[in-house]
Amino acid sequence: MSAPILQVRQLHAQYGATQVLHGIDFDVKPGGITTILGANGAGKTTTLRAVCGMLRVQGEVLLAGERIDGKPTETIVRRGVAHVPDGRGTFVHLSVEENLRLGAYTRRDKDQVAADFERMYSYFPRLRERRKQQAGTLSGGEQQMLAISRALMLRPRLLLLDEPSFGLAPKIVRELFDILGEINRAEGTSMLLVEQNASIALRVADQAYLLETGRVVISGSAEAIRNDEGVRRSYLGY
Amino acid sequence: MDLLFHQILSGLATGGIYASVALALVMIYQATHLVNFAQGEIAMFATYLCWTLLQAGLPYWVAFFLTVIIAFIGGVLIERVIIRPVENAPVLSVVIVFIGLLVIFNSIAGWIYTYTIKPFPSPFPEKALFDNSFIGPHELGAICVTLIVLALVFAFFRLTPLGLAMRAAAQNPESSRLVGVRVGWMLALGWGLASAIGAIAGMMVAPIVYLEPNMMGGILLYAFAGALLGGIDNPWGAVVGGFLVGMIENVVGMYLGTELKLSVALVIIVTVLVLSPSGLFGRTHVARV
Repeated sequence: MSAPILQVRQLHAQYGATQVLHGIDFDVKPGGITTILGANGAGKTTTLRAVCGMLRVQGEVLLAGERIDGKPTETIVRRGVAHVPDGRGTFVHLSVEENLRLGAYTRRDKDQVAADFERMYSYFPRLRERRKQQAGTLSGGEQQMLAISRALMLRPRLLLLDEPSFGLAPKIVRELFDILGEINRAEGTSMLLVEQNASIALRVADQAYLLETGRVVISGSAEAIRNDEGVRRSYLGY
Repeated sequence: MDLLFHQILSGLATGGIYASVALALVMIYQATHLVNFAQGEIAMFATYLCWTLLQAGLPYWVAFFLTVIIAFIGGVLIERVIIRPVENAPVLSVVIVFIGLLVIFNSIAGWIYTYTIKPFPSPFPEKALFDNSFIGPHELGAICVTLIVLALVFAFFRLTPLGLAMRAAAQNPESSRLVGVRVGWMLALGWGLASAIGAIAGMMVAPIVYLEPNMMGGILLYAFAGALLGGIDNPWGAVVGGFLVGMIENVVGMYLGTELKLSVALVIIVTVLVLSPSGLFGRTHVARV
């Protein structure tokens, strides 16, 4: 068992006087998918923002054993952490292609970048059709595909995903998660997935943590949680 | 009719100057979404620097490019030292800082160089390529310089990764950080570029209006009208708008008297803001929610 790609220890965060995270711990295994589940306001988005330095926090965040807490977001990104943010973070006035090019902004390997463009377009053919279009005119699902592709253009070691299923039709959600699973298997990209849609998240993840008002209440392998009917009924609601 | 034609052509010449200042305004606007009221004074100050270099005996084009480089560095420094601390302040505070900069540059120029009007040389030959009575060689040269600058700006923004990163940083700073763009430096770079473009405009306008601390006052107003007319977020629009304003100003001056010239700029500003706030070529923002 190799060391975790991401280790979070005693993470505390607050917005003004409101404490949002009360010392949470979790790991992402190399090549693994960890999911953080929880209701609205449990602190899921805050956790992701804390990991990539968009928020002042107390506690330790280690990327492949190195402290990254307190570092600026740009630096953390340059170390290989890509984030698909809440609200998708589309550059709405730029074209689809320019959005993708920005994803690869920190990379210098031009040939590989060109190949990655093709790869993204093969995952999401809709993006190829619309590559010259202003990104703000894409539908919600297409913008989510774009956000994921933009993050993948970094060739990240760790991909942070903030509710990729949000606002999408069930069919599209399934397609999206199939592709995420495929990327994880084919390229070994580790993922930290925050979701409200527990059933689909537990299907792709290997580790799961359940967050309630800023505390981890249950953790374990995704399989165990999926099969624990009590947990499923009382916390996950399906 | 001949007279009208003449007025339109010479309006094109002054329009070229407005166009280049408008371009500088648009640069800062694209990088920061703010209109820099000190733009004209920065340009004026840079022109004085060029004058100093010329007095020291440097050849024109050496002084020209040195000034552009110094203006670029100066612009970056202004952003880092003065604008940076008010980055998150309300818009009105930032505008006050701009006005403060305007007054400071104006006074320092007056203090160092006095308010005496100085002639400023033109780099272009006495006789134009096509000798005509409509448009002087300097004006023609200035228009060419403006168009070259525009082409460079366009190429920079459209074709280079850095230009793309600057556009991204202006639109969506948070997402830009998430792809690794150093947003703070993009703003500084925007200031540097705008100052450099402003400096070029200053050096092109000085032979026409002569060098003095208040030389950019009216020009900034016309440039602002031009930028708005063309669309404040579109470099091409700003340049076209600048030329249009120059022509409108001249034609109005001919028919209604020169006293009303400056009001033209204000009428254009108000008209654009009321009828079509995004200007002639500005982007009407579309977003699906």
